[in-house]
Amino acid sequence: MADFFSQVVNALQLGSIYALVALGYSMVYGIIMLLNFAHGDIIMVGAYATYFAVCQYGLHPLVAVLLAVLISTLLGVLIEKAAYTPLRSAPRLSLLITAIGVSFLLENGAQLLFGADTKSMVKTPLISGTLNLGGVTVSLAAVITIVVSVIAMIALTFLVQKTKLGKAMRAVSEDMGAAQLMGISLNRTISFTFAIGSFLAGIGAVLHVGSYFQASPMMGSMLGLKAFVAAVLGGIGSIPGAMIGGFAIGIVETLVTVAGLSTWKDGVVFAILIVVLLVKPTGILGRPMVEKV
Amino acid sequence: MKKMSKTLAVVLALVLCVGLFAGCGGTTASTSTTTTTQTGTQTAESGEITIAFIGNTTGDYAQYGIPVRNAVVMYVEQLNANGGINGKTVKLLEYDDKGDGIESVNAYNLAKDQGITAIVGSVLTGATIALADATVEDNMPQITASATAAGVTQIDPENPDSGIRANVFRACFIDPFQGEKMADYAANKLGAKTAAILFESGSDYSEGLKDSFVAKAAELDLEVVATEAFATGDKDFNAQMTKIAGLNPDVVFLPIYYGEAGLAITQGRQAGLTSTFLGGDGFGGIKDYATAEDLEGTVYCSGYAPGTDSVAQFEADYEAKYGEPVPNMFAPLAYDAAMLLCKALKAADDAGLAAGSDEFKAAVIADLKGNDGTVGITGSYSFDEFNNPIKSAAMIVVKDGAEVFSELY
Repeated sequence: MADFFSQVVNALQLGSIYALVALGYSMVYGIIMLLNFAHGDIIMVGAYATYFAVCQYGLHPLVAVLLAVLISTLLGVLIEKAAYTPLRSAPRLSLLITAIGVSFLLENGAQLLFGADTKSMVKTPLISGTLNLGGVTVSLAAVITIVVSVIAMIALTFLVQKTKLGKAMRAVSEDMGAAQLMGISLNRTISFTFAIGSFLAGIGAVLHVGSYFQASPMMGSMLGLKAFVAAVLGGIGSIPGAMIGGFAIGIVETLVTVAGLSTWKDGVVFAILIVVLLVKPTGILGRPMVEKV
Repeated sequence: MKKMSKTLAVVLALVLCVGLFAGCGGTTASTSTTTTTQTGTQTAESGEITIAFIGNTTGDYAQYGIPVRNAVVMYVEQLNANGGINGKTVKLLEYDDKGDGIESVNAYNLAKDQGITAIVGSVLTGATIALADATVEDNMPQITASATAAGVTQIDPENPDSGIRANVFRACFIDPFQGEKMADYAANKLGAKTAAILFESGSDYSEGLKDSFVAKAAELDLEVVATEAFATGDKDFNAQMTKIAGLNPDVVFLPIYYGEAGLAITQGRQAGLTSTFLGGDGFGGIKDYATAEDLEGTVYCSGYAPGTDSVAQFEADYEAKYGEPVPNMFAPLAYDAAMLLCKALKAADDAGLAAGSDEFKAAVIADLKGNDGTVGITGSYSFDEFNNPIKSAAMIVVKDGAEVFSELY
């Protein structure tokens, strides 16, 4: 029973990070139909920012967290301005390839700047200690990860549903041309979407470092791919879908491991991607899109 | 709808490709381009013997490749400063294979055009096997400092009659040897009755150690109660460690590299695991990747004993040249690999053969094979029927956050 409860916490901890990353994928896809493969690598940069702030410059963890989130956000916007804006009228495939290029640039750039080895901040962790919940010990990092993710998702939902900028985002994703005719600034809205997505990635980065203490140049690639699967499963372009997808992938991975099939964990995740694409390409909550003529 | 599935289909294909790469242990997820670094000039001149270093000096696991490269470069420079081989200079070409088998074969083909006569490399097991498949065609002498899988020198490790790549040697001991040593150590030294394993699926290194540990454990009445896996790139082992903690084994064997091992140990302790952790040579440097408290008592086997007399000079030279202490066991092993190779080059040169010729290569291989107790800095070298060195393992114990040599086992 205690084991069961621990595994539930493990699943939610893993799932909430996937969900945060999946949100970034989904929002960007929703607005400019771009699968932003550099998204996972923004997390990597955020993780390095945290590591350097704490271990190299000895900043207070809270300052480090703010700095990491800020750097991630700025990086996301910068990538959008430098790499994607010039290609807005280009074919989708060019954008996609550019995104992959940016991803490689970030990964190899990080390797060049910071070295290939994994940086560990296990000696000066952001979050340490354990909590005792009704006789079961869980790590404080897991609890904070879950709580912060849920808060971030609620805030995002509020932002998208209730604010003017959120309304603009929804309008642009609905129909870019019409939104522009209604006086919505396209550039501002798209940049804002990237900023929000990257902000969430920054939070994801901090939580990732809080739970796993490590930064390495390639850490974003597998994380990004799994979050991508989560976004597709939930219905890419849909915000609640990304959350559901993220948690679902976390739960599936944990279930597979509990069932004694940990060797097959990634296989199962990618099999989900194939099955979703074959059976219901729009995912759980995605709306079917009609080709406009 | 139609458009969306099309985009997604393209992406799906990409994702699967990347997924495939991610599955092969040691390869990076990036489709890298062929950039090779190269020192020296074009062709081999008389008065020079040209050899190549091929290894991953960039990419994931470059922390293994760079020390190997550094130690080989240092050995060759020292040799040349002391008159080279019978007055001839050893010219070392350097190629970066990023740990990728295809790149290492590309590098080999480039190196061949430069008239090389022997190779030190590669570094990671997968790339080394790919390289060995190419060098065996040319009977090119090859020695690796670090590739520990049985399949590097043996064509099919599952089948003892499959023959060996007679041109390929190594300075380190092999994976099955490490797995067996650690099972032996757990059962006979620590008195363990039960063990659990967490390994990296798809990694030749990890699976090799795991398989031999399981086989040896069965012989020794050490019960393996759980065998859990994770995929390359994973950072979250909470589910696996929670499961293992529930079984409370005496020892947990982690045939993985230090970064993941540190995480597994931290997460295991968080899940309430109190067992002793055991590892292979991939644990070198683990002290920085988990807290001293969590690591206390962790034991791993290593190819060399840091701080002992035989390596003291090497450690001092390395630090003087590269401004950092010897990072792991691969540097001293690479130094020995370069030493063994240059000794063989000298033997071939003594016989009056021309560098680069087939006879020269054959003589180099014969000399390598004939080593009988040649003393290096990590121990003495003789090669068994599979071209693997016969050496003992240094057991390293983590005490108060420091990795301390305890004994040769």
